[in-house]
Amino acid sequence: MAPHDIRRPFKRAAISDQQKRRELSLLRQAQNRRDAQQQARCLASSILSLQSAAPESQPEQSDIELETVPGAEKESEAFSKDLDVRQASKLRGPEVRKWFARQLMLPEWMIDVPDRLAQDWYVFARPAGKRCFVVSSNGTTVSRQRNGSILHHFPSALPAGAKIRDGSGSAQSYCILDCIFHELDQTYYVIDMVCWNGYSLYDCTAEFRFYWLNSKLEESGACNAPSHYHKFRFSAVPVYNCDQSGLHAAYTGVVPYAKDGLLFYNKHALYQTGNTPLALVWKDENCSQYVIDTDGKGEIPSQQQVVLELQDDRKLVTSDDPPVLFGCLDGDIIEKSGLHTGNLLRFAIGDGGLSFVEGKLEKADLIYLGKSNRARAFADSYSKVLFQFMVRHSPLKIDDLLASINSANDQEKTPSDIEMVG
Amino acid sequence: MEVTQVLLNAQSIDGTVRKNAEESLKQFQEQNLPGFLLSLSGELANEEKPVETRKLAGLILKNALDAKEEHRKFELVQRWLSLDGNAKSQIKAGLLKTLSSPVSDARSTASQVIAKVAGIELPHKQWPELVGSLLSNVHQLPAHAKQATLETLGYLCEEVSPDVIDQDQVNKILTAVVQGMSASEGNTDVRLAATRALYNALGFAQANFSNDMERDYLMRVVCEATLSPEVRIRQAAFECLVSISSTYYEKLAPYIQDIFNITAKAVREDEEPVALQAIEFWSSICDEEIDILEEYGGDFTGDSDIPCFYFIKQAIPALVPMLLETLLKQEEDQDQDEGAWNIAMAGGTCLGLVARTVGDDIVPLVVPFIEENVTKPDWRQREAATYAFGSILEGPSPAKLIPLVNVALNFMLSALTKDPNSHVKDTTAWTLGRIFEFLHGSAVDSPIITQANCQQIVAVLLQSMKDTPNVAEKACGALYFLAQGYEEVGPSSPLTPFFQEIVQSLLTVTHREDARESRLRTAAYETLNEVVRCSTDETAPLVLQLVPVIIMELHNTVEGQKLSSDEREKQSELQGLLCGCLQVIIQKLGSSESTKYLFLQYADQIMGLFLSVFACRSATVHEEAMLAIGALAYATGPDFAKYMPEFYRYLEMGLQNFEEYQVCAVTVGVVGDICRALEEKVVPYCDGIMTQLLKNLSSNQLHRSVKPPIFSCFGDIALAVGEYFEKYLMWAMSALQSAAELSTHTTGDDELIEYINTLRNGILEAYSGIFQGFKNSPKTQLLIPYAPHILQFLDGIYMEKDMDDVVMKTAIGVLGDLADTLGSHAASLIQQSVSSKDFLNECLSSEDVMIKESAEWAKLAISRAISV
Repeated sequence: MAPHDIRRPFKRAAISDQQKRRELSLLRQAQNRRDAQQQARCLASSILSLQSAAPESQPEQSDIELETVPGAEKESEAFSKDLDVRQASKLRGPEVRKWFARQLMLPEWMIDVPDRLAQDWYVFARPAGKRCFVVSSNGTTVSRQRNGSILHHFPSALPAGAKIRDGSGSAQSYCILDCIFHELDQTYYVIDMVCWNGYSLYDCTAEFRFYWLNSKLEESGACNAPSHYHKFRFSAVPVYNCDQSGLHAAYTGVVPYAKDGLLFYNKHALYQTGNTPLALVWKDENCSQYVIDTDGKGEIPSQQQVVLELQDDRKLVTSDDPPVLFGCLDGDIIEKSGLHTGNLLRFAIGDGGLSFVEGKLEKADLIYLGKSNRARAFADSYSKVLFQFMVRHSPLKIDDLLASINSANDQEKTPSDIEMVG
Repeated sequence: MEVTQVLLNAQSIDGTVRKNAEESLKQFQEQNLPGFLLSLSGELANEEKPVETRKLAGLILKNALDAKEEHRKFELVQRWLSLDGNAKSQIKAGLLKTLSSPVSDARSTASQVIAKVAGIELPHKQWPELVGSLLSNVHQLPAHAKQATLETLGYLCEEVSPDVIDQDQVNKILTAVVQGMSASEGNTDVRLAATRALYNALGFAQANFSNDMERDYLMRVVCEATLSPEVRIRQAAFECLVSISSTYYEKLAPYIQDIFNITAKAVREDEEPVALQAIEFWSSICDEEIDILEEYGGDFTGDSDIPCFYFIKQAIPALVPMLLETLLKQEEDQDQDEGAWNIAMAGGTCLGLVARTVGDDIVPLVVPFIEENVTKPDWRQREAATYAFGSILEGPSPAKLIPLVNVALNFMLSALTKDPNSHVKDTTAWTLGRIFEFLHGSAVDSPIITQANCQQIVAVLLQSMKDTPNVAEKACGALYFLAQGYEEVGPSSPLTPFFQEIVQSLLTVTHREDARESRLRTAAYETLNEVVRCSTDETAPLVLQLVPVIIMELHNTVEGQKLSSDEREKQSELQGLLCGCLQVIIQKLGSSESTKYLFLQYADQIMGLFLSVFACRSATVHEEAMLAIGALAYATGPDFAKYMPEFYRYLEMGLQNFEEYQVCAVTVGVVGDICRALEEKVVPYCDGIMTQLLKNLSSNQLHRSVKPPIFSCFGDIALAVGEYFEKYLMWAMSALQSAAELSTHTTGDDELIEYINTLRNGILEAYSGIFQGFKNSPKTQLLIPYAPHILQFLDGIYMEKDMDDVVMKTAIGVLGDLADTLGSHAASLIQQSVSSKDFLNECLSSEDVMIKESAEWAKLAISRAISV
């Protein structure tokens, strides 16, 4: 029996880099598996169960007068139907992505300047980043991107957002914020507030929501620097009345984030999920790096590309409700490429471009390219296609917006009633 | 058959003769196993035969009883057990007889073979008379036979586990061994054999160590043996003390003062092999106390099984000065010698362990030594002082250490470039690495690295990377921890201004002629990996620029040429480093959408290279390339489909690699990545993959650690392909079911329970994936027959009360998935299960967010299933 070796590691780290790589790989795989399973389960249980509970919880701040707008009731009915747990949880794959995408208010693209911009609209510079829903409840905070996947799971200073809070953290306490996560400074920029501390703001006007957002967010401590119980900083964005100086400030003002265009919110509009003309996005090269759409490789294709949905009768339509017809697809292509109703297809717009009669699309010169990236949940909206078309041909310029404000000042005031399209 | 000549031939220098002999031995074995083994034991026992053939006969006999590979070992055991009893008796008689042979090699070989036979037979309650017959007349034996008998007992204790020998026999063994060790035994060889036998028998002496008188006696005999005039006996006796320190830590209090005196004398005066064991005793005590204190820290109730006696804390006033003395006994060039292990190294290592055990208390004991020696003209003193400083950096609180480091840092930086002695520079670079490892990073409140000194630190480290390989390697290590400290620094890293220069310097190091010495090249790539991992968005464009550089390097390694086996090994090692580096880059750039798109332009090229790396080998796949491909699949998503036709055969090869089970495990993980990337596009490959995975599960050659990930992988596949999984359902479910039955109940040590939990988690992940995959499909009803068993499994593991948090989370999720997919079909089954009530409630009130989230999901799904 030989003596036993007692050599110990000398001047060596305890773990080899290869072992570290293996472990990090396993960690990533486990995380991906969890994400895949959760997506399959549609485990937005925080959003799901909270929403179903929301109607019962009475607003605590009853001293605040809420501006309700006709149509609100119908709107919230539709909303709770959308959130039917039974339906949502049966979803798989792309359906999940669609469901989540439907929970966010999606601005249309500004293809002409709305009236009364200065009186009825807010403007702010949109942060570049990942649009997501941030939900705090039961001592934790989860952010989910438009496709439903979890971006972060973290403690935050939002009400019910971390384990340390007491009292206020009752079962009803939760928040839902509409945010853009800005990678560079690791900050959640809150662009809208949907629920705060158990109190639903869906049926409140943008005016009220922004007022509430600005006062409450700061109060909660969520804007403080990150700490152990508050992993990411939150920040409100500066919102301006869309008069000449406001528009100018939003357009040229210095903000701590990279801009990606300007967002215009109608002051009287409720938080409406899905596409809405009461929120608009506009951009040019000065306030966004991404004006013209790029392809999967990050390059600008020579021809504009659009994604349209194939319908039963070979019709190609946008994601709008009601859909806008762009043309019909050749039966041969359908046959040859094995396409089905509901497929999202990618087209280039040929030299024939888009032609309009009386402001309505009459004809589009479409060239079939193939199926779209499967991560896509929707076809393009009409306004998006048009905005991109205009950007390539005759863009709507900042001067046009400013001019519209000025001319409105000169004119007599038009009646102040706004028709809710809701 | 006359084996003597064949055995002689088998050792011939003539290759052909040797080959023929081996062939005829093989034939003999195949044709008549009992005869073959019998003639080997006859050869071994025969005093007329030459010693070489006797030894070889014994060796072949031994190899016919045991093997390294588990499955082979199992076969050999079965073969022996089923052998004719008569032949076995004769063989065993021959072996026992050999123990009294005058030829020492024959005796020694026989004792090893006896232990192997005992290792097989005793657990089966066979050969019960063995211990008795070995010990029957041990006192009357001549010295050489006594020595062989004691040696046999030692091997026997090494071979069998304590529970197969009853206490009565243990007592007899220990009595014989201790008598053999005692001073009254005149023969040195007998004493040595007895001391070494005791080392192996200590594990059997649980009861004896609980008895004060017997323990006192055992300890006295061991301590006396440490004073033997024979160095090998002293060494063996200290080995016993080391073993006692970990096996019977809680019994040591009455002896610790004496042991300190003995070890201190040995460390200062004895020969190196003895001194090393004496130091090891204290290192081992540190290990024990670190474990106990860690358990205290993790558990607020503080009721650990073993109390901490704080031996080290009490010993440090004397122990630390003793260890500091050893630091001055360095050997020249020990840093260039990979295999070096000497008293200075052992002493320094022990000092580091002491620091981890006692924390702040060590600092005042070491600082005067550092101050006195660090500027001395003799390099030994400077090196010892620096090593002492580096050793105590882990353990004491940052508050205690940071003031010291702030004073020392500048001195260290200048020593690293200016000290004339390479040994001092090596230790200085290592110490800087320890400073950054333990005192730099977001967890430390007052930063030791500031804007003012950051540039200087980087400059010094980069310069030092041009030094001799061992110094450069330590400098790389220091840079590794410097980068790591900035891992969570936020959007802007202080290393950003130096990023380009750091990367360039590391790449230069990898190209040094002498980069293979002191594992310098490996260290440089590992540091590069960490620098990339910890980089921020600011430097993403620079990381992207690194991609074509590494691609080019990897390309150079696959250029077709004939390679010698040594060159092939070098090539493979370099490919591993480069694939590892690419993996880290892919994971980094793939984690953010913007950089991912830019990176993906290289995807085709990179994948092509990975395939070439695979092609460099014949039967195995490269683990690092496989890992990197997993990361690539995740980054490319569905586009990975285009690589599948070419990649598939390597995937299969990886799944078939049982010998290198890590490779197999990694490949299984990659299958999961591919499933998530391709979703239903993975269907064409599923037949092959599933066949191989099922084959792996049923094999007893595959390392058990690969089985849980295989089950998880079933889930990944099912989730990706949905109802298409129907084809495999029956097979997968049957494999899952039998594994589930095995893993419901656990009995065994912590390690086994941990494994069982991993296995459960894999099984549960499979069920989750299958249920979710089939959801909303018209084929859901195919799953209904399996529901009772799955619920039974959930109830079963719940009742066992030994699942960990991960299993809990997965298990409750499966309950939800089952309810969600089967709905009302399973309502009554679910209502009857314990899981849907007690288990669910327990999870709902869990502190763990993940468990709670899964439980809420399950609750929702169950209420829906029941209400419909």
